[in-house]
Parts: sequence; structure tokens; C-alpha cells
Amino acid sequence: MRAVVTVTGKDKKGIIAKVSAFLSEKGANIEDISQTILGEYFAMIMIVDMSEAKMGLAELAQECADLGKQIGMSIYMQHEDIFNAMHNV
Amino acid sequence: MFSNNDVLETIAMVQEEHLDIRTITMGISLLGCIRDSAEETAQRVYDLVCKKAENIVRTAADLSGEYGIPIVNKRVSVTPVSLLCAAFPEKAPLIGKALDDAAATLGIDFLGGYSALVHKATADYERVFIRTIPEVLASTKRLCSSVNVGSTKSGINMEAVKLMGEAFKEAAFLTKDADGIGAAKLVAFCNAVEDNPFMAGAFHGVGEADVVVNVGVSGPGVVKSALEKIPEADLTEAAEMIKRTAFKITRAGQLVAKEAAKRLNAQFGIVDLSLAPTPAMGDSVAQILEELGVETVGGHGTTAALAMLNDAVKKGGVMASSRVGGLSGAFIPVSEDIGMIRAAEKGAITLDKLEAMTCVCSVGLDMIAIPGDTPATTIAAMIADEAAIGMINNKTTAVRIIPAPGKTVGDQVSFGGLLGRAPIMAVHNCDSSRLINRGGNIPAPIHSFKN
Repeated sequence: MRAVVTVTGKDKKGIIAKVSAFLSEKGANIEDISQTILGEYFAMIMIVDMSEAKMGLAELAQECADLGKQIGMSIYMQHEDIFNAMHNV
Repeated sequence: MFSNNDVLETIAMVQEEHLDIRTITMGISLLGCIRDSAEETAQRVYDLVCKKAENIVRTAADLSGEYGIPIVNKRVSVTPVSLLCAAFPEKAPLIGKALDDAAATLGIDFLGGYSALVHKATADYERVFIRTIPEVLASTKRLCSSVNVGSTKSGINMEAVKLMGEAFKEAAFLTKDADGIGAAKLVAFCNAVEDNPFMAGAFHGVGEADVVVNVGVSGPGVVKSALEKIPEADLTEAAEMIKRTAFKITRAGQLVAKEAAKRLNAQFGIVDLSLAPTPAMGDSVAQILEELGVETVGGHGTTAALAMLNDAVKKGGVMASSRVGGLSGAFIPVSEDIGMIRAAEKGAITLDKLEAMTCVCSVGLDMIAIPGDTPATTIAAMIADEAAIGMINNKTTAVRIIPAPGKTVGDQVSFGGLLGRAPIMAVHNCDSSRLINRGGNIPAPIHSFKN
């Protein structure tokens, strides 16, 4: 099962490093990563494979949100199916 | 696959535009619980509801966490209780209490189905049952009640209409210390549906499976935001935008509904496509109509804008879900919609305009506070008017009206939470009692004879 991690907020140093280190520690494997910077705003979207994750998606999503608070960004982790359902006919 | 923009759009819908799954409602058949005595039946009812729905709250939390979409309400609907206690209708409150206790044990928000279906006639046991409703609503917290008083196929049962006028009055009076909240948990229907996930009118129809999961989506804020992006568009384009938005919202509901049904060992029932407002800013159906170009909801053009909105939501939603049902339309409750509350406070929207609006949308005169001294026969006449609209137009209509004890026009009621607050709206003062006291039935319309 794959999940989508979205990180948004004001651009600052080391965001990718912090988030990817965190995900790696939790056993979530990053398969794809893309980022855009609009002015001073940063948006990074990662597709992660959860098959070897050390905890369930809901729990990890909460930890991601907590990490976001620590580093002053918004981090969302969601099952990829929600995007497939909403944006594909 | 999806694009980065799709991902960011979904996140904005949840974070900024109040996209949520309004309710996961588990429908449970209680017909197998009927025993010789009310006491035994009540015990079976409590046990069965607690068993079948034991995981609903946890499952909703899990799904919400995994998909990143809030699931606001967890609810249960059950077989109309009048059917369980035909042999001992005066003891129906025991079943009501068992259901309310079960709802508390489960930690769910509401449980619906203290209901009776009397659209053609009122059987003796149903007459007794309906008279128990006000006391039961006053002595329970989470239990909701509904009565179907008419249908396109059978006409309108005017005896039941009269009984319901009295029931609203009494339910409000018995809860006078809480602004008459008892009446806010009661609905009179015409053409009630058997798979409605929304309260207060949810019940589990006898044509349904043992256990089903029905989901109600929401998202007025998402529709409004989409329209704000095309302020100059003509109405054809606006309708198209609403359709596309409704599609996305409904797909989220469909996904959650199917997954919830699987995890809860239930059949996937339906997705209800209703746009359900909340008192939160930016989560209002009225504000969609204002975005379409009516200065204040209630003004001329409101009915046309609402008709378009309601139809476009259905068209987008039907395409998005394999099984659509319930009420499926735009809701226009007054106390639960910040735009409606403001329009009512300004006097821009009246009961008459609301009645006209119910001709083109689901569901009816909903969460409207009226003066506490309104006669029961006047409330019954309002129910009859709404039922007539439903009967003639082949649609569900409903009345959920609160005759606020001791209050009059200029005062306000406040229920808190999703039920919101409302100014008392004026009612016509002319006497309708002669009409109501005639009794009998309004016969089914000619277009009901389709066989």
C-alpha cells in the first residue's frame, strides 16, 4: 500500500532532509518525490511505500503531523486511494 | 494517477473548505429482537446494537486518519421501533431507553429509528406509539424520532398529521429548559426513504439487509470555493463547476463507505449526496446561493439558484457512486447554516420562501424555530403543506420545527454544536384548525396510479 506525504509551508533549509530521515526511520520507503517553490512557499509531495512501515498509516500520519508542528510546516500523510478516487473517473 | 495539483486541491478542500464525511451511519435490522415482552425485547435490542456497531467509532477514526478526511458523525439507524412493539405499544419507551443506552455505550452521536410509518392510516398500536414520542425524546439524549405521514402512492394521513402537530408542541414543551430541543430530534416526513443516513430522520427500512453502512457526504464550502474561482461565469458554466465538484466530494464518500462497510462486516448501502451545512463560517448552502448572485438568501431568484444547485449536485454525484440513495440534495436547515441564520435575523428569509425552496431541493422546513404559542393545529397545517409538496412532486419532504417555549419573534434559540442557533421566525396567525380537525386522508394524486 502506498501513501502520499505532502509538506507545505514557508521555504526553509533542511526540510527534505528532516522529513525523509523521519520516514526512513519509520520504515516508509520513498518512491517518488517532487517539489515546487512558489515565491517563499514550499510544497513537496512524496509517494511512499508502506509495506515495511513500522506502524499503521493512521498512526504514522499523526506522527507526521506532529513532526510538521515541530519544524513549522504542515505535513499530511494520506492513503493514495483518496486521490485516485477523487481525481480519476 | 493524480497530479501534484490534485493532491494540493484535496488538501485545500479539507483544510480550508470544510470537506468532510458528514456521517457514517450503520443501519441495523431489529426485527429479530422481537420477543413476548417489552422488557425482553429491549434487552435484545440493546445487546444487538452494541454488538453490531461495536467498532463503528474506532473504524471511523481509523479511516479518517488514513484518508486524511474528517468523519464528523458516527450514527446508527434501526428498524422503525413501532414495528417492534405492536403487541405492547405503551411500553415502547423501554425500547427507546435501551437504544439511547446503546448509543451512549457505543459513544456514537445519534441513533435514529424511534419511528412509525403511517402514511396510509394509523393503526391502534401506532397511535399509542406516536403519543409516546415527546416523553421519550425528553428523557433521552441521542435518540431521534420520525414519522412518515404521507406518500405519493398513498396520499396524506391527516390524522397522523394532527398527531404530529401535537407531538412537536409537546416535545418542545417537555424540553423547555433547553429551548425545546426535543422537537429538534423529531421529523415528520412525506415519502420517507429507508436508507437515509442523516438525522433526525434516519431509520433502517424493512426492505434493507441485516446490517448496512450508509454514508452522507458534505462540502458546501468546497462548492462555494469552486464557484468563487469563476465569478463571471454564466450559469451553464457554474452548473458544470458544481457537478465536477460534487463528483469529487462523492468519490471521497464512496471510498470511505465501501471501506467502512468492509471493516464493519456490513453491506455497503448507499452514498447520500446531500450538501449538509454546519453553523461554521464557510460551510453554508445559503452562501453558495449568494455566491451564485442572490444578494441575501431568501431574495427573489433564490429558488432558481437552489434548483440549479440541487440538480447539479445530483448529476455530479450519481456519476461518482455506484449506489446513491438517502435524501441526496441540498439541505436548507435554518439554525445549522450561518447564511440562513443571518438572513433570518435580517428578515430576508421567511417561512413562506423556505416552503417554496423545499419544492426544488431536499428536504423540507428544517430546524426552524417558531413562537412557542403557535397552536398545534397550525404546526400540523405546516406539516400538511410540506407533505403536499412531497406527495405531488414525488419527492421526500419533511418538517423539523421547534415551537420554542416562552419565546416569540425577536427572541433566539441556541442548541449548540451542529444544531446551531436560530432566531424565532414569524408564523401566519390565521387559524387552520378546521382543516386539521376534519381528519381523514388527502387522497393520492392521479399521477400515482402508474400500474
